[in-house]
Amino acid sequence: MLSYTIRRIGMLVPVLLGMTIVVFAIIRAIPGDPAQVILGQRATPEAIQQLTAKLGLDQPIYVQYGSYLMDLITGNLGESIRTGEQISKEMIPYLAATAELTIFAMAIAIIVGVNAGIISAWFQRSWFDYGAMIIALIGISMPIFWLGLMGQWFFSIQLDWLPTTGREEIRNPVDAVTNLYLIDTLINGRFDQFGEVFKHLILPGTALATIPMAIIARITRSSMIEVLNADYIRTARAKGLRMSWVVYRHALKNAVIPILTVIGLQTGLLLGGAILTETIFGWPGLGRYIVEAISYRDYPVIQSGILMIALLFVLVNLIVDLLYAAIDPRIKY
Amino acid sequence: MRKKWSMLGLIFVLILSLALSACSNKSAGGKDGDEKAGEKSNAKDTLIYGRGGDSTSLDPITTTEGEAFKVTENIYESLLSYGDEDTTVQPGLAEKWEASDDGLTYTFHLREGVKFHDGTDFNAEAVVINFDRWMNGDAEKFPYYTMFGGFKKDEGHVIKEIKAADEKTVVFTLKRPQAPFLKNIAMSPFGIASPAAIEKYGDDLRANPVGTGPFKFVEWKANDRIVLEKNEDYWMKGYPKLKQVIFKTIPENSARLNALQTGEIDLMDGLNPSDLSKVEGDKNLQLFKRPSMNVGYVGLTVTRKPLDNKLVRQALNHAVDKKAIIDSFYGGFAEPAKNPMPPSLEGYDDSVEEYPYDLEKAKALLKEAGFPDGFEMELWAMPVARPYMPEGMKVAEVLQASFEKIGVKAKIVTYEWATYLEKASKGEADSFLLGWTGDNGDPDNFIYTLLDKDSIGGNNYTYFSNPEMHDILIEAQTVTDQAKRNELYKKAQAIVHDEAPWIPLVHSTPMMAGMSDIANFIPHPTGTDLFTKVEFK
Repeated sequence: MLSYTIRRIGMLVPVLLGMTIVVFAIIRAIPGDPAQVILGQRATPEAIQQLTAKLGLDQPIYVQYGSYLMDLITGNLGESIRTGEQISKEMIPYLAATAELTIFAMAIAIIVGVNAGIISAWFQRSWFDYGAMIIALIGISMPIFWLGLMGQWFFSIQLDWLPTTGREEIRNPVDAVTNLYLIDTLINGRFDQFGEVFKHLILPGTALATIPMAIIARITRSSMIEVLNADYIRTARAKGLRMSWVVYRHALKNAVIPILTVIGLQTGLLLGGAILTETIFGWPGLGRYIVEAISYRDYPVIQSGILMIALLFVLVNLIVDLLYAAIDPRIKY
Repeated sequence: MRKKWSMLGLIFVLILSLALSACSNKSAGGKDGDEKAGEKSNAKDTLIYGRGGDSTSLDPITTTEGEAFKVTENIYESLLSYGDEDTTVQPGLAEKWEASDDGLTYTFHLREGVKFHDGTDFNAEAVVINFDRWMNGDAEKFPYYTMFGGFKKDEGHVIKEIKAADEKTVVFTLKRPQAPFLKNIAMSPFGIASPAAIEKYGDDLRANPVGTGPFKFVEWKANDRIVLEKNEDYWMKGYPKLKQVIFKTIPENSARLNALQTGEIDLMDGLNPSDLSKVEGDKNLQLFKRPSMNVGYVGLTVTRKPLDNKLVRQALNHAVDKKAIIDSFYGGFAEPAKNPMPPSLEGYDDSVEEYPYDLEKAKALLKEAGFPDGFEMELWAMPVARPYMPEGMKVAEVLQASFEKIGVKAKIVTYEWATYLEKASKGEADSFLLGWTGDNGDPDNFIYTLLDKDSIGGNNYTYFSNPEMHDILIEAQTVTDQAKRNELYKKAQAIVHDEAPWIPLVHSTPMMAGMSDIANFIPHPTGTDLFTKVEFK
């Protein structure tokens, strides 16, 4: 297991190196001159030229890549062109905001999705099954943009249950320590704020959870159905074991690999795909950080942001792979 | 067994809904307007202003972006300021000022007893240090300083010398007269920062602003919010009224309105014209109209065939029904434009006769120009919403249909915003939608900036170049007699009208919405609002 883990981690290096090349090349293929964008509509040509030189953007592209890679190896993500801040420092709150939202959304998606899938599989062709699968179908095809605004309209404006935007009650802000606000409020012993932060997570979290929840439910259902038809389940049932025991102990364990795969994939997708949710809910996360950087042609930020998402994506996949191996000893590469 | 499972499902649903409603205990039942107001009454000295974008910097001279000034205007003060509702020059940090007859010397008498937020005194030396800092920089560091004709090393730099005559008197000596000089001095970017803070923070002043304004900087959480608190030592007695102002970033216009309706924010800009009825129908909200100081237009790049032909450009001008566009996309809150500057500016030429919406005339002009069957061109549609162009794509579609009627086939093209501007500035668009919001309320800031040959490569995206008009505009920059300047700008407007490098579309009235208990808030035409006098009823 250990050597497998090490080998698996070692494989990340070429993958990430490849990512840097691809990201670096693609970003520079976007039309639009960063100097022009930064200096704005009112800039003079001389100023643009000066800034271009200062940013090193007048160098040949391989020289730019070389120095970028050297910086990266020494852990230096560079400075944001737009704000002049160290990216490694600037990115932390965004990263934490996205992490909190993603984890929350995935928790909802997994808890609801897996259970709905199991119940549907067990009561195949029941009203629950049809209902859940119809909802799942709607969930997959629902635009997040629309769902988010409708959620705000219904739960915030009409019912006044939940806040529409942001991460916290702005009149009673959280002191950031880890930037994961749920944890920060606990560290500070502010339980009133914990409730507020939790409420702020519900709408964007649910909006973000919709699609993975639906996909997880469907995969769980089909995977479970297959397992439930296996001989050993029939045997277990014939022995008179409790239903829930059969389903959750015997069946789920054998159905879990595809479910795990889709959870891993969806988590990775959420990390990068939360842009719309973050925009609608005014969530200061990584997605918006990158989108804004793109519109400002802030190359270092775009590079670092995408690289960070890629890194998280491969890490999630690594965890999934390791879990495979842990759950099913037959899986060894 | 089956029954047990359905029970479980039911229980699960019940728990979920309980959890949801438990989360809302604090504001449960708060749907009633009165109760909502009551709940907030203890926080009625904090104003939360929702806006679309974050600031790029809190050192206003380092940026040209309007979002930055919305905040810094309340932290810093300039030597002069603008009127509450217009861009007339008013006292700021300078109580009085006089200009020499030749327009070369300006003497500013500074206000007594003003302190920076860090406790240091505001004096003549502080003004000198700030201007020295700016003029010794370059366009990359301090882009807006170019309003004074460049930097110290540049030929065009208009300021020869700045001297502190005594503790409370500053004398500016100019190399040559600059007509909009006082209006420039009053702009937000030229807010005076504490010399001690400049020394302490250097370039980091962008995140640690220290001025003399009504509010002090407290906190900036990027892309989320900026918090300012009351400056207790503010020189204007009894002001500011508010204890805190919080600028909150919510990018999506509809989501921002949702947040306003729930009372999470108190004020918002960037109201969609299509959402006007929602605000008008809500008794808890009120509408604010910002006086118009902008222009939205269709640029016709005069270097591209067949738009290099004046008759063609005039024909296109005749083919646009501005009234219909305004009714459809501006909620009626805009006026049709006929000049490249808004009527609120001095020197506006109302005698210019608008090209009437007349398709026959348009066709006749096209025929005369040698295009009886029309032609094909690209029409670029703005990908972003701006106050002067809330829905670029839809306006482009209407224009396309109009042009079709005179045989001109316009192909709608759009690019991502930064690309759009860059390509247009290189003259790659046949025709394109764009606009401009004024900086300082001076005609120079419209006509020279947008249509003079000096501005080609800058903001003159049509590449319009007219030597006669250029001479007029340069003269108008140096003449200090306002009546004479007005005459010159009228001449320039006549030339623009005749040459028709644009189809001027609208001067829009940007809309804001806020809680109905906000008092004394007057949106400023520059788009930068000061909250000194604002309070809750």
